[in-house]
Amino acid sequence: MADLVRLEIDGRMVEVPPGTLVINAAKQAGIEIPAFCYYEGLALQAACRMCLVEVERMPKLIASCTLPVSEGMVVRTETPQVVEARKSMLEFLLTNHPLDCPVCDKGGECELQDMAFRYGTGESRFTEVKHHVEEQQWSPVVFFDAPRCILCYRCVRICSEGMGVSALGVINRGASAEIAPNCDDHLECDECGMCIDICPVGALTSGMYRYKTRPWEMKHEGTVCAHCSNGCKTTLGVYDNRIMRGNNRDRSGINGEFLCIKGRYAFDFVSHPERLQSPLMKIDGRLQEVPWSQALSAVAGRFSEIKARGGKIGVIGSTRTTNEENYYLQKFARVGLGTNHIDHHRSGDVATLLTALGGRSDALATTDDLYGRKAFLIVAADLAQQHPFLAFQIRANWRHHNCRTYTVTPGPVREDSYAVRSVQVPEGEELDAVEALRDSLAAEPELVVLFGDTIKCDAVRRLVAFGDSLGIPVKYVCLVDYSNSRGAMDMGLLPDLLPGYRPVTEAGLEPGMTLPEILAAPDLAGLWVVGANPLTNKQLVSDAAFVVVQDLFLTETAQRADVVFPAASAYEKSGTVTNVCGEVQRLKRAVSVTGAKPDLEIFGLLAKEMKLDLGIWTPDAVFKEIRDAVRGYNVPLPVIVTGGASQTAPEGGPAGATSRPDLIQSARDTLFTSGSLSRFSKTLNSVTERPGALYRG
Amino acid sequence: MLYNEPSPLEVKVLTRRFGLPDSASLDTYLASDGYAALRKALGMKPEEILEQMKRSVLRGRGGAGFPAAMKWGFVPRSSPKPKYIVANADESEPGTCKDRLLMENDPHQLIEGMMIAGLVVDAHAGYIYIRGEYRYLIEILDRAIAEAYERGYLGKNILGSGFDFDLYTHTGAGAYECGEESALLESLEGKRGIPRIRPPFPAVVGAFQCPTVLNNVETLSAVPAIIRDGGVAFSALGTPKNGGTRLFCISGHVNKPGVYELPMGFNLLRMIDEVAGGVRDGRKLKAVIPGGSSCPVLKAEECDIAMDFDSLSKAKSMLGSGGVVVMDEATCMVKAALRIMRFYAHESCGWCIPCREGTLWLRKILTRFHEGQGRPSDIPLIGELAKNMLGRTFCPLGDAAAMPTISFVEKFRDEFEAHLDGKPCPFEEADRTVLA
Repeated sequence: MADLVRLEIDGRMVEVPPGTLVINAAKQAGIEIPAFCYYEGLALQAACRMCLVEVERMPKLIASCTLPVSEGMVVRTETPQVVEARKSMLEFLLTNHPLDCPVCDKGGECELQDMAFRYGTGESRFTEVKHHVEEQQWSPVVFFDAPRCILCYRCVRICSEGMGVSALGVINRGASAEIAPNCDDHLECDECGMCIDICPVGALTSGMYRYKTRPWEMKHEGTVCAHCSNGCKTTLGVYDNRIMRGNNRDRSGINGEFLCIKGRYAFDFVSHPERLQSPLMKIDGRLQEVPWSQALSAVAGRFSEIKARGGKIGVIGSTRTTNEENYYLQKFARVGLGTNHIDHHRSGDVATLLTALGGRSDALATTDDLYGRKAFLIVAADLAQQHPFLAFQIRANWRHHNCRTYTVTPGPVREDSYAVRSVQVPEGEELDAVEALRDSLAAEPELVVLFGDTIKCDAVRRLVAFGDSLGIPVKYVCLVDYSNSRGAMDMGLLPDLLPGYRPVTEAGLEPGMTLPEILAAPDLAGLWVVGANPLTNKQLVSDAAFVVVQDLFLTETAQRADVVFPAASAYEKSGTVTNVCGEVQRLKRAVSVTGAKPDLEIFGLLAKEMKLDLGIWTPDAVFKEIRDAVRGYNVPLPVIVTGGASQTAPEGGPAGATSRPDLIQSARDTLFTSGSLSRFSKTLNSVTERPGALYRG
Repeated sequence: MLYNEPSPLEVKVLTRRFGLPDSASLDTYLASDGYAALRKALGMKPEEILEQMKRSVLRGRGGAGFPAAMKWGFVPRSSPKPKYIVANADESEPGTCKDRLLMENDPHQLIEGMMIAGLVVDAHAGYIYIRGEYRYLIEILDRAIAEAYERGYLGKNILGSGFDFDLYTHTGAGAYECGEESALLESLEGKRGIPRIRPPFPAVVGAFQCPTVLNNVETLSAVPAIIRDGGVAFSALGTPKNGGTRLFCISGHVNKPGVYELPMGFNLLRMIDEVAGGVRDGRKLKAVIPGGSSCPVLKAEECDIAMDFDSLSKAKSMLGSGGVVVMDEATCMVKAALRIMRFYAHESCGWCIPCREGTLWLRKILTRFHEGQGRPSDIPLIGELAKNMLGRTFCPLGDAAAMPTISFVEKFRDEFEAHLDGKPCPFEEADRTVLA
């Protein structure tokens, strides 16, 4: 590391690496220099002039957000001249500002309000008529109120630099300059809402949240997004047991400031009017509401009866329920019901990857690696559509560290715009194209390979063999679809693998039926579906099967059920989930929906009803068992408990899993869909952009 | 064409071809020593050319007066990147209209100057960034460029020397801000015309991220004469620290307004009386803006001054772009300040807070004030707001708006006070024709 630069700020000696900006050096010394336009990680602007400081031997005040430190520099941040300059900037800023804090969504968490309070004069000498522009709605989720805008250009930068979408720009000039959307009067973009969160004032507001409540009236629960597998932290603002908004303004969690439309807005399924709030039982050929006790005893009775006569029971788990629930479900199935016919909707071939890696758990990339590693190979995946946070990470890596990206995809992807090589080949020919990149890839110092769901079975083995042959350190990410797709596999919701990818044969068991086999078994006596909807596009062959479903909504599968339990969603329970990179994070309950119960509780109640001893069924107790029993899950508890993420390192045994291409089926979601769940999100259905379209600058 | 009679006091160096028949044509140019400097420069080493430039003491004619040779010297000649020569023809400073004449009457002089700059810094392409309002000049320039290509003065292997140089015109879209060099480069690259963070300066990171020489049209037009006749000969025309001649654009209340080429250091009062025919209608001189609207105003008694960068700087004003705006005793100074602020409020690009909000606020106060709605507290407020902008804006546009305003309030406070208490503007009738 280069020598540190020594400088003096307000009489304190500070030592920072060369190239550090004075504003950051001051921060390191515990000195706040106010700024609006400066935002770490985005291009420098020096536009707001709030961060002017006095520097010895410089004739004028100078913007500390663009001034790199130099040896022996003497900086003063609180001289009368500096204080006066800040006052005057705020006075200028507020001249055309509407000062409508009492009705502004941002009131209470507004940077302009805070700054005016801390550095302003408290009164204005401005007595002229204010410049006014009418409020505009740019999309179902983005509203713009120009008079509140202070033109810090954070929104423009996060959209172009951060997202690669460039849907925002500036029109007009002088005091008439304003932020404008890309399509004349509206936005066509990812609708991620990053512009809203990054706005220091109330100029950009959320269609979901505006005028609903005040920040100080809500409690703020940091949990994990219920949708895709990226596992972004989202902080839910809850008022009166209702989720008012999702954001990540404190930039905590693996995702920093990032959230896509799903994490920020698509929590509205929670309060959808069609949510199930009572158990249903088929009586007289029709599903009717019944008390929990009646439903539980009916299911317990039938399951016990089928088990006693040796009937086949199939269990289909979920890609969205917690690790604790998945673990408990497979334990219930294997120990309680004595069946190995357990499976789930698999959307990526993690099992084959782990097997191909032969126990090298250090070859699995983390989300941090995506920001830190030097080269990337993206195979058969459209990250911006299906893994927006991963796309954001790699893009940020390119912006900040110039990482080199190669894409081999069936169609154009957003990463093409900065990739060093982009190859488009028909689906199925990706690996030949990857082979053709061998020399370039082998010349990289290291590589992270991300591959989509069409790379499965032999293709995964071939890809890993290719990576091994490059002679450089290679890490992998096997892309999967949903918030706990990875956890479902890790927890052994598979007919041939126990938790931690241990073959069932190790435990002296025979592999059970797979999901398609369960549905196709003519002699299936019972089917238990938890948080899944396999009957959207498949038929259940056995008419006689007793079907139990746990879900939020009366899905196609639930409609076929004999008993339906109303389940709680991810935002209504505690537990852990594992993201696409194998990182475990903790869910925190934000709200509760009357009548619905977390799946784990339903399992526990059923076990009790069936007089099975499957252990305590609180999330903490089950997680403790997971940490002890599941290979790779012995993650440090304090990290998880405090809302951090810790990567698990499951090791695939050489014995491996059944590798069958037909068992891996992607849901092919887009940025605006999220399986069956998205049908119940008004927001996701309200955006007018073409699903799957690629918005880029 | 020419718009005013030349004065016998003029020293014609850059304007020597003005008035010749078909002066913009290559033939006229060649017949009057045209491209002789280029031929000479092609036989010189870059450092020799630069040395002549140094000796000429040519200071930037855009307004800042930075030594041209020093600016060229900052360009890393050995950089593997391409280098560019950019002529700033975005002549927008109110009161200034000299570059327009230089391009209209002698475009080849500019082209030749740019090529010589190219030889010094190893650039092989140049851009003339011209304000969109000068549309008719683009045709003249494009014709001159086409002629130069045809006859081998531009393009590959110029005059068999092995030196290549390409030249393009590029129009602005009507923004004063794009006369600021870094905003000009943004606009040249097709982006919104807002200034860049500096450093790095254009000499190192300029057009398309490459080292760039960016000079005013008049600066570049002076280069052929310097190389042809030698730097010392050019320098000797002016004062020791302000080499050569300068095109002064005299406007306002004079009998013979126009553009006159005079030696640096020429006395301002003489300029008004002897060159421009004196203040019109026998009225008394009240004030002069010596170098374009951004310069602090001089009172009549301050006008006995040598017109060079240093003397004006000593008088707390600026030589600026050479736009001399003369105001006689019938001028309302509140209205003059308002007219100037209206311009800056209209032209502020909006990038930074103090300029964007400050110019608008000042414009509103001055408008109200001039209409008779002024309050005593407005007078200090105008000065304070301008001072709050001064030196704190992102680019010099804020200073350009603040500096004259401060000077108007300080030097003509009595006129501001005369507008108070709902009184009508005391100059309203007398003042219809200027700065309207």
